[in-house]
Amino acid sequence: MEPTASFFFDFRISDLWFLAEAAWRTLLISTLSITIGTALGVVFGWMLFEGRWAAVLILGPLLDVFRSVPLIIQLVLFYNFAPIIGLILDPFLSGVVILSIYCAALVANVARGGMEAVSPSMRRAARSLGMSYWQDLRYVVLPIGTRAVFPSWVGVALGVMKDSALVSVLGYVELLKASQILITRTQEPLLILTIAGAFYFALSYPISRYAASLEKRWAS
Amino acid sequence: MIEIRGLEKFYGSLQVLKGIDLDVPNGEVLSIIGASGSGKSTLLYCINALEAIEAGSVVVDGIDVHAKGTDINALRQKLGMVFQQWNSFPHLTTLQNVALAPQIVKGKSKAESREIAARQLEHVGLGDKFDVYPSALSGGQQQRLAIARALAMEPEYMLFDEATSALDPELVGEVLDTMRLLAEEGMTMICVTHEMSFARDVSDRVAFFHQGVIEEIDTPAEIFGSPKSEHLQKFLSNIR
Repeated sequence: MEPTASFFFDFRISDLWFLAEAAWRTLLISTLSITIGTALGVVFGWMLFEGRWAAVLILGPLLDVFRSVPLIIQLVLFYNFAPIIGLILDPFLSGVVILSIYCAALVANVARGGMEAVSPSMRRAARSLGMSYWQDLRYVVLPIGTRAVFPSWVGVALGVMKDSALVSVLGYVELLKASQILITRTQEPLLILTIAGAFYFALSYPISRYAASLEKRWAS
Repeated sequence: MIEIRGLEKFYGSLQVLKGIDLDVPNGEVLSIIGASGSGKSTLLYCINALEAIEAGSVVVDGIDVHAKGTDINALRQKLGMVFQQWNSFPHLTTLQNVALAPQIVKGKSKAESREIAARQLEHVGLGDKFDVYPSALSGGQQQRLAIARALAMEPEYMLFDEATSALDPELVGEVLDTMRLLAEEGMTMICVTHEMSFARDVSDRVAFFHQGVIEEIDTPAEIFGSPKSEHLQKFLSNIR
């Protein structure tokens, strides 16, 4: 009797392509979210650093909410409630919005830490040369602060990339969702999760390497 | 000319400057001596508005430093400042450290800024260190870098805030020599210092600060030779 197992045991080359495509989508949503989230996060971090009452009273607690509530809950809530206020977004855009805010909430604290790492005395020296507040921020505080907290930022970025897997709950077929689809069909979880893991590694490793080489260059 | 009238400064309820009157004509080297916490450094910070003041006025070349509407960034270009901490920008090479402000503040071209920077670095004896990062420099070299950085803005006045206090003893000399060089070139300087030999040998006048007031101000010969106030006599006998 022909075993029925053959029905399941059919991981094909095209499936590898399917996973590669999904990895591309993971890369896309992560890159977008990390870019937007970092830009927003630096602005938020600066607001927290400056410590005006609006930032302390409103922004701080708000960012705490986004940092503390599990991402999966944020995604589901946003995806389902955004249409009520007339925002009809597909799973991809919903994912980008929530991941960006989540990333911004994490980056805000990192960025604030970076700005705090630049001594007041250093800033006075910059200002004493006639630099304006913004010139001091742009040419002194940001470059020095960035170097101080860059490793933390890399950690946040890699975390957000892995957390982007959660957007699958909205039906966006990224790497993890694609793996689940293939597992359901082939019943080969070990093989497919290994491949998916390898893809995640392939996405993160160049970033870690690049970060390490940057740090090394700055240290000299 | 720097004209200070009735200057008062508080940190919270603590009054650190209690009505300072002081004129510094162009070309003068003024040293300010006194115990820690007597308000010496605070006065410097009030001259270029790194600190706000509560009463009185500071006028530099006819411009009221603390008046609303004063372009403080423009004014600070006239007032070079060197701090106790040398504050080199760690992410920039020595040459870039000095060239940054001329380029972004004065809007000079990159080439011109580098030229100015090179000249000022030669001036303070760092001509062979253009492409070195500050972390590879000694404290004395970094402080001379800070002097070059301030000079690159072509200031008319230089304010030194205990420029040698954070240095290892063997590095103090090279920084004092650089300051001496500037004085000989006719730079107007206000130097808060604990280096009595510098105050005695280089300055035109010495001001003795005590608890937020200028208790005595005179030529070095008078201040060190025949101090009049009791506090100054005590201060001088303590440091000898």
